[in-house]
Amino acid sequence: MNPIQQLTKGFWKDNPIFVIGLGLCPALAVSSSLSNAVGMGIAATFVLIGSNMMISLLRHLVPSKIRIPVYIVIIATFVTIIDKMIAAYSPALSASLGIFIPLIVVNCIILGRAEAFANKNGVFDSLLDAIGMGIGFTIALCCIAFFRELLGEGKLFGHAMPFFSKDPALIMIMAPGGFIVFGLLIALKRLMASKGGN
Amino acid sequence: MGAELIAIFIVAIFIENVVLSQILGLCPFIGVSSKIDSATGMGFAVIFVLLLASVVTWSIQNFVLVPLQLEYLQTISFILIIASLVQFVEMVVRKTAPALYQSLGVFLPLITTNCAVLGISLINIKRGYNLVEAVANAAGAGIGFFFALLIMAGIRERLDICEIPESMKGAPIAFITAGLLATAFMGFSGLV
Repeated sequence: MNPIQQLTKGFWKDNPIFVIGLGLCPALAVSSSLSNAVGMGIAATFVLIGSNMMISLLRHLVPSKIRIPVYIVIIATFVTIIDKMIAAYSPALSASLGIFIPLIVVNCIILGRAEAFANKNGVFDSLLDAIGMGIGFTIALCCIAFFRELLGEGKLFGHAMPFFSKDPALIMIMAPGGFIVFGLLIALKRLMASKGGN
Repeated sequence: MGAELIAIFIVAIFIENVVLSQILGLCPFIGVSSKIDSATGMGFAVIFVLLLASVVTWSIQNFVLVPLQLEYLQTISFILIIASLVQFVEMVVRKTAPALYQSLGVFLPLITTNCAVLGISLINIKRGYNLVEAVANAAGAGIGFFFALLIMAGIRERLDICEIPESMKGAPIAFITAGLLATAFMGFSGLV
């Protein structure tokens, strides 16, 4: 696999949310607006890059019996860093993402990539994998948030859209809307996959 | 005091249902809800671990982290505590109650990565609950999770014998069902 493929596989073909089905809780909980989705995507990508590189660097040093606790400590450290940074530089984002920033610790994408990729591959490949998966996660979050914000509030990135802002369906930005939009999107992804290649 | 506790408990079960309103713990909710038997086992295991984890994380926060001014270690210490607690519970249950282990055993390791456990522990701290309120909230959240899982499993056993379009089978239809269930749970919002 060349570096370009390593980077882009997470965007669509092996998208962590739509195809692999990891990290669903943040995907549904913070996708009620596009700005939240982008904020969450950047936070998760930061943690993914930090933990993937660190785990790849340490992969010959950590005994395999205690690797999972070690990974969790590394991931939790990066989560704490990004948590404090968001709280310091963007208090509004910190307030709207709430407990979902510390919950990145239990996001299965990050531990999943550590176990499936970073502990077997070099630092550079792990970096590419982390960036690709992080961008794939952000793309998926933005897809869900696009429909929810447009239908639920009639806005995109907080700007009112002409036709949709008249009678927005408020339920779409609440929990049920998240479930329904996500269910329809994965059905669509599967339909496209069965119709022609990828 | 008593009325407030009951209110926290009821709100946690129905109005702020951990899965259907706060969207925590989706992986087990979708993964283990295809059979009623396994849903029951998972539900009990989550109630048990949630109660235990809330008590322990609350005590650590208020007796260790705050007095030593180490609040920034909250995320790291909570996740380590939950992970080791789950391991410990698994060992104790295996030694002392083999029958219980048979029914809960396989679900226990999965709970470490259940974000409901860490989520509820963090919410307890964030809202400034005292120990009794934290336990009431955790009990309500656990029972709410159990209800949601059981209802979902009941519906999915019926869905198995229905004709569903090929691309909607499995996860997509489960999410849409969960969406309708969440809409129904919104009806409880005027309860308290």
